[in-house]
Parts: sequence; structure tokens; C-alpha cells
Amino acid sequence: MKRGFASVFVNGALAVLTVASLFPLVWMVSVSFMPAGAASTLPPPLFPSAPTLAHYHELLLRAGMLRSLANSLFLATAVTVCSLAFNTLAGYAFAKLEFGGRERIFRTLASSLLIPGQVAMMPLFLLLKTMGLVNTYGGVIVPALAGVFGIYLVRQYARTIPDELIQAARIDGAGEFRIFTSVILPLLRPVLASLAIFTFLGSWNDFMWPLVVLADDKLQTLPVALASLSREHVQDNELMMAGSVLTVLPVLLLFLALQKHYIQGLVAGSVKG
Amino acid sequence: MKSRVAPWIFIAPALAVIGLFFFVPVIAAFVLSVTDFDIYAMADIGNLRFTGLENYARLLSTPLFWQALGNTFYFVVVGVPLSIALSLGSALLLDSHLARVKPFYRTALFAPVVTTLVAVAVVWRYLFHTRYGMVNYALAHIGIGPVDWLGDPHWAMPTIILLAVWKNFGYNMIIFLASLQTIPAELYEAARIDGASPARQTLHITLPLLGPTLALVGIITMAGYFQLFAEPYVMTQGGPLHSTLSVLYFMYEEGFKWWNFGAASAVALMLFGLIAAVTALLMRVSRRWIAP
Repeated sequence: MKRGFASVFVNGALAVLTVASLFPLVWMVSVSFMPAGAASTLPPPLFPSAPTLAHYHELLLRAGMLRSLANSLFLATAVTVCSLAFNTLAGYAFAKLEFGGRERIFRTLASSLLIPGQVAMMPLFLLLKTMGLVNTYGGVIVPALAGVFGIYLVRQYARTIPDELIQAARIDGAGEFRIFTSVILPLLRPVLASLAIFTFLGSWNDFMWPLVVLADDKLQTLPVALASLSREHVQDNELMMAGSVLTVLPVLLLFLALQKHYIQGLVAGSVKG
Repeated sequence: MKSRVAPWIFIAPALAVIGLFFFVPVIAAFVLSVTDFDIYAMADIGNLRFTGLENYARLLSTPLFWQALGNTFYFVVVGVPLSIALSLGSALLLDSHLARVKPFYRTALFAPVVTTLVAVAVVWRYLFHTRYGMVNYALAHIGIGPVDWLGDPHWAMPTIILLAVWKNFGYNMIIFLASLQTIPAELYEAARIDGASPARQTLHITLPLLGPTLALVGIITMAGYFQLFAEPYVMTQGGPLHSTLSVLYFMYEEGFKWWNFGAASAVALMLFGLIAAVTALLMRVSRRWIAP
């Protein structure tokens, strides 16, 4: 009897939290299919009575969001691929290769995690301006080519690889790069999957830096384009919901597909720290 | 035979990027903050003057900067405990053996974390619309008149806090859940045999063992919440009456609207100092309360 009540409480509370978590997202999708003005009525409609794709059409073909979608896809992919390469090389070296000052260098790197990125923002902008990278894709990609968190995550994982494996490959006469590509990389696959999805989502969702460094409309990422559209179209709720769907859906689907890797990486990155 | 050069070739690309695009700019920020670097200096570096601590002094005598600090503190002091309480509560619920369809609940509660902040801020603006928003519609049913959520200086920040809590609680929930799963089942078993109720077990076994995780999560969440920017940028543009102007928003306007890079760097460094001070304080407090 008492157990029954506890079970109802636990499952009931979880159900309420789930509705609160999902309702804004579900309603966003629903309203995005309503004809213009339909969402500005009382009571607020839950489902579109005459579903339409007009807002998606408008946003993608007329408001330039197709271009922003392509920009976001390109930038997030480029950042993910490049930083994965740089971080993996470094993370493995910090875990398994011996060199003078290894721990000291790593500690210095790790300490930078305490510094908010915005501290570097103004000088970084000036530096990139001197290099001619402001208002180019390079302005977003180049500073993101490597990151301390990524190096840290790979290092943690690479430390679990037995030294004997590497020693055996050395005795067989394999060079360090050969060992890295044919012995180490296959073993690192799980952490690389986690890091890839982290980096992609982080880059896709990033707002402040792309806002600052990409002033040109043609280069804007989805979040930046959406923010500026939402300032022009304050009253067009249906249109803005369609814009939000376009921005959120790709990363949400990616997360759902690769959830296991994402959660594993999150736990490895925080708890062991 | 071990190569002595190889390790350096492995770390060189990453070190070069992080050094050039993070460490150098951080050091440069200190230099920039004691100059009057502005749009004239950007055109011709000859216009740059060393001004000592003038940027800091001027900011500290600017009422709007103090208001931005106050707003940010409000966001942190209310938002962080609320966010962590919800994370902890939902982690305890998910960890309960009574919970069904756990993977579904876990995914659903985590979904807001991976969404794009700008997009959900746009959704939030509509949900909290004074006339047509779902929130006011629901409140009307229990007899509460329409609230001008984003137009009233008293309600704008609470609305932003609700958004931040909704979007972020799933992240810490997963961390708490992982930590809960490391608590040995025998401890609960022993307590149950001693006749401890589930509530007492939570209070005397779960929470104390969760202490170190709680401290870590608290510090990381606090540091993140101090960096409030996109929510007010999209939802209120810092208004109404500057009630949602955050320190970073202030820095953004100082730097990228007025091009006062010297002053903007000083703002960023003061925010850094503030986060560092609060972190040190929380670490002291947690060391006192939580046995190592």
C-alpha cells in the first residue's frame, strides 16, 4: 500500500518534469506549421488546424536561412574534424609519450579552464583582424582548432591503454606515427565519438563569438541569423518558431542518434575531474 | 628505441593554437585594460595611451556597471540553487528503483541541454507572451491576471532564470545520476535492516556521499551562470529599464558597439576576478562542510 503510493509519486513527478521539459519543444514544432497569425489568438492553439510549410519556405528561400544552415553545417564540421585531429594527437602524447616538462605543460593548459573565454575576446578579435580573419570562416575555425577540454578528455581515456601494447609495437619496429594511426586510434574510437559530438554541438550552438566575428549576413550561422531575424519579426510567432525548429532540429536529432556517446563523454569529462 | 622529437610534434599543433589564440590574448587583455584602446586606436595605434587603472576606476563609478553586476548576481544567486535543486531532485527520482521507463525519462529531461540557446530563447519569448502566451493562458485558469513577463522590470529576470533552469538542469542531473550509481547498494541494505525510512536513507546516506560532487557541480554551474549573455540578448536586449543587463552584455556593448576595447577588457577581467573569488569562497565553505 505504502509502496504503491511511493511508486505513484516517483513516476508522477517524473512525468510532470518530462512534460515541462518537452512541452516548449513540441509546441515550437506545432506552431511552426500554423498559418501566419493563427498562433496569435486565444485560447492559444495546440495543433495547427490547417498545417502549412509556408514559414519554412519563406525562411529558407527568401530570408537566407538556407545559407545560414549551410554555414552552420560547414563551420561545425570543419571545427569538429580539425580539432579532433589536433586534440587527439596532443591528448595521446600527454598520456603516453615521455618528454621533459610533460606534467608542467599539461597543468598549465588545464589551469586555463578556469579562465572564462571572454577574457581573451577583445585581444583575440584584434589579433584575427590583423591576420585578416575577421568576417571570414577562418575567424570561427582557427581559434577553435584545439581545445584544452578535448585534450583532457582524450588524455583521460588514453591513459587506460596498456603500455605493453605500445612497447610491443615499438619492438616490432613501428614508428611513433605508425603506432598512433594503427594501434592507438582504433582503441580511442569511443572517446573520439564522444568528443566529436560534443565539439559539433558546442560549435553549432555557440553564439557570442560568431556574433562578434561574423558581421557579414552571408557568413552568419543559424543562431546569429535567428537572433537578428527575431529582432525584426517580433510579432511573427509562427515564422520565428519555424526558425527555431530549423536551428534546433539538426542538433537534437544528432543527439538522439548518438546519445550513448554523448552521455558517456559527459560523465567521463566531469566526474573523473 | 624511443623518439625524442615525436612527442613534441604530437603536441605542437595544439599548443600553438591554444598558446596563440588563448594564452597570448589573455595576457594581452591585462595590457589592453590599462590603455584607452578605442576606435581611434584601432584606426591608428599611435592614438593609444597608457591610462593605468583609469578604466577600472571609471567603471566602478558607473551606475550602469553596478546595475549589471547586481543583475548578474541576482541571476546567479537565484538561478544556481534552483538549477541544482532540480537536477538533484530529478536525479534522485531517476535513481529510484520505483521509476519506470528510465531511459525515456532520462532522454526527455536531458533534451533541453542540447538545444540551441538562441532558439529556445525565441520559443520562451512566445511562451511568456503577455497576450497570446501559453503561460498567461494557463495562469488565467487559476485566477491570476496577465503578467507582462518580459516587459515588467520585476518579472523579466525571473523569466530568464526559468529559461536557464529549464535548459540546464538535465546536465547536472546526469552527473548526479552517475555519482548516485557509485553508492554501494549494501549501505542502503544495512540502513533498511536498521529500520531507516527511504527519506532518512536519502538524508543520511545519499546526500553526504554526494557532497564532493555537489561542491564541484555548484562551482562549475556558478561559473557558467556568471557568463549570462545570449538570453537577455535575444529576449529583452538588456531591458526593460536595464533590469536584465548582465556583465557580459555590458562588456559586449562596450566592446563591440562602442569599440572601447580597453574598458571592455577591464570588464572581462573584473568578471574573471569575481568568478575566481566566489570559487575560492565556495571551495572554503565546501571543505568545511564536506569531509574529504
